[in-house]
Amino acid sequence: MRLYSKYVGVLFKSQMQYRTSFWLLALGQFLVPFSVFAGLYFLFARFGQIKGWEFHEVALCFSIIHMSYAISECFARGFDSFSVLVGNGDFDRVLVRPRSTVLQVLGSKFEFSRVGKLAQSMIVLGWATSQLSTEWTILKVLVLVLMIVSGVFVFTGIFMLAATMCFWTVQGLEIANIFTDGGREMAQYPLNIYQKWVTRFFTFVIPFGCVNYLPLLYLLDKSTGNPLPYILAPLAGILFIAPCLLVWHTGVRHYRSTGS
Amino acid sequence: MIKVEGLAKAYHVAKRSSGVKEAMKALFKREYKVVEALKDISFTIEPGEIVGYIGPNGAGKSTTIKVMSGILVPDSGSCTVMGYTPWEDRVNYVKHIGVVFGQRSQLWWDVPVIDSFDLLRDIYKVPEQEYQSTLALLTETLELQEIIQMPVRQLSLGQRMRCEIAASLLHSPSVLFLDEPTIGLDAVSKIAVRRFIRTINEQKRVTVILTTHDMNDIEALANRIILIGKGKLLYDGSLSAIRDQFGTKKTMTVVYSHHANPFQVEGVHIESWSPERAVLSVDTSEVVISDVLIRLSQQVELLDVAIETLPIEDMIVQLYKEHQL
Amino acid sequence: MKAYLSVFRLRLTNVMQYRTAALAGVVTQFFWGFIIIMVFEAFYSSSVVSPPISLEQLITYVWLQQAFLAFVMLWFRDNELFELITTGNIAYELCRPSGIYGLWYAKLLAQRLASALLRCLPILGVALLLPEPYRLPLPANPLAFLMFILALLFGLFMMVSLSMLMYISVFVTLSPAGSMLMFAVVGEFLAGMVIPVPLMPEWLQSIVYVLPFRWTADFPFRVYSGHIGLEEAAVGIAIQLIWLTALVGIGRFAMAKALRNVVVNGG
Repeated sequence: MRLYSKYVGVLFKSQMQYRTSFWLLALGQFLVPFSVFAGLYFLFARFGQIKGWEFHEVALCFSIIHMSYAISECFARGFDSFSVLVGNGDFDRVLVRPRSTVLQVLGSKFEFSRVGKLAQSMIVLGWATSQLSTEWTILKVLVLVLMIVSGVFVFTGIFMLAATMCFWTVQGLEIANIFTDGGREMAQYPLNIYQKWVTRFFTFVIPFGCVNYLPLLYLLDKSTGNPLPYILAPLAGILFIAPCLLVWHTGVRHYRSTGS
Repeated sequence: MIKVEGLAKAYHVAKRSSGVKEAMKALFKREYKVVEALKDISFTIEPGEIVGYIGPNGAGKSTTIKVMSGILVPDSGSCTVMGYTPWEDRVNYVKHIGVVFGQRSQLWWDVPVIDSFDLLRDIYKVPEQEYQSTLALLTETLELQEIIQMPVRQLSLGQRMRCEIAASLLHSPSVLFLDEPTIGLDAVSKIAVRRFIRTINEQKRVTVILTTHDMNDIEALANRIILIGKGKLLYDGSLSAIRDQFGTKKTMTVVYSHHANPFQVEGVHIESWSPERAVLSVDTSEVVISDVLIRLSQQVELLDVAIETLPIEDMIVQLYKEHQL
Repeated sequence: MKAYLSVFRLRLTNVMQYRTAALAGVVTQFFWGFIIIMVFEAFYSSSVVSPPISLEQLITYVWLQQAFLAFVMLWFRDNELFELITTGNIAYELCRPSGIYGLWYAKLLAQRLASALLRCLPILGVALLLPEPYRLPLPANPLAFLMFILALLFGLFMMVSLSMLMYISVFVTLSPAGSMLMFAVVGEFLAGMVIPVPLMPEWLQSIVYVLPFRWTADFPFRVYSGHIGLEEAAVGIAIQLIWLTALVGIGRFAMAKALRNVVVNGG
């Protein structure tokens, strides 16, 4: 962990060398989800609600997934742009250092301009929670934090899976966008507005549903029966990282036996 | 120190195909070509040696280095470095080695060199006191005082290479792998880098394995060379043995007053000829130099004669030729 | 003209090489299309007021948008051009006998065309065969289809002229990422890429209608579905032409000015 923060320090120093372009990029990063949110706002202005969900409820959903995404894009950028690392042979360097590959890849890159995105989602989160009529208990706040953490793990896991693909081919990586960009776009609405198969896939295979939809039901007092599964749902998102790590290590093994 | 036995490694290379139909096929089933990068390589290296690992492009040099540094797992054969098998227990093994890839940088581009060094200290968990003394020593011998506070992107290639080598020695490794450490450097930097490699080898008894295409590196550093080609070990021995083998071959440059016609001299091969000047190659095991001079002076009026041994570069080229590389 | 054509052909074959990438792109865009349609489906199913565009027309909008994404995306980065400008290598381009504006225009046009050609046919083909309600309906009538093709092409030309303006602006800022990103985000929103223009509130629509962006995406898509009638479409195409002339004019002027500066700076 100490080493990880050292990595962050050095990379932060690097990015600060280009301060103007950093701020412009951060501003741009602020605007991207902002335009999506504006679209959301206009749709609600016209339709009022979506399958019984109010605007501020969907906004909460939106802000959680976008925040998780921004954080993982910032910290797991090394996996997100892993094709570069493999392409120019720098992964060999990772292998001759006495630390775990995951830690080193995570430490290879940070994208601090994502603070723009993060700021945007924080504002939305603040606004959405202020609109909610639910009473906030410590447990609920805890669940909210857990939801964000869970989302970070899910996105990082997907980045890791996509990065593993690079050991075999760098073509067609765009497909991973379905689960990152696509997952984010989809999970900004409560999952139950979609067809059954979509909801199921994104709950049981890639657990976006566990990140925001299920615990949201608890937060908004919409859950029926025992609330425990809803409270614990975000943990499933965190567990998602385990198989991803497994796949990653298989990929590294493949790389070391083929050198491709 | 290092013991390599029967190392073999083959790559599967996807065949590149052209045309839409072929490409569609390739989506489902790829055809592979097997390239044998290493075939039965064995050698032993003693502590404190500097070994030049040479061979033409694609001979398998990098593959060997990658296996020895734990990056690649070979198909068969064994390799022990200081009691470790490099590809097993990677994390513990690599603490004891340093690797420099001449074509790539291990330093962080936009921050001062010292920041990179500090980060490497943490990566290798070097105790602070030890780190400071190593750093002081390296800064001194490599003359880094001036550049250590500068961001890497502002350094010249020569300065950067000095920093690269320093970076790979911060954790005091016992073995240092240098993959083309002088590539792209100017003459002055090359000499500085060579001198430094010598120094750390002598002072810290670091075993050095070095690949290069610059035979002057080998001449200046390595007492021993290992030559491989097409994945096979071709020669393992001292440089002087090669020199003895090829030392009888001399190049003779002669200048004479104008002579309109080309001449023939028994026992001599004429490399180039002009009415005033000719370059000849002579093998002293076949013909005596003084005989050549006598025969020459019978045909032309000699003005100047220079006799040189074959440059080491050419010896290696001869060696490649002998093995049909 | 021949020079433009060969630039065009080079680019086309270049992009065509990335077939696997294109295939992945098609799958990705299908997924996007489905999500967006499902979201709208959900909005429509629980809507009390009747929306200004039918769900079927909206689905058409979405599929066309996915199929012709390469035509209508403002954010279509050509790193080669960027580097040319920021590194000062533009000097080489200046040595060539053809006009730079035309050459770059051909370059950008070819790139968009090539990636659209690779992607649109499979997307349209499958979308036409999907089960209801996801199926892409046929055009409202043959004439509307013809109008759609025209509108789409002129829209593409407009889009390239717009992105030319973005590249020219790099001459001034020299830092592409930030400013371009902002321009692209705003432009795409106003083109109806985030939510379809007819679903925007009145006040926003009135802004959208006076700006050039919507003519590149929103307009052709609605012509296809018949949401915009034939007569209106004909007028629209005329307006597209006016915009196109204006944008190219501005672009050429700005380019000439920017280049003069480059020469003066000696860079």
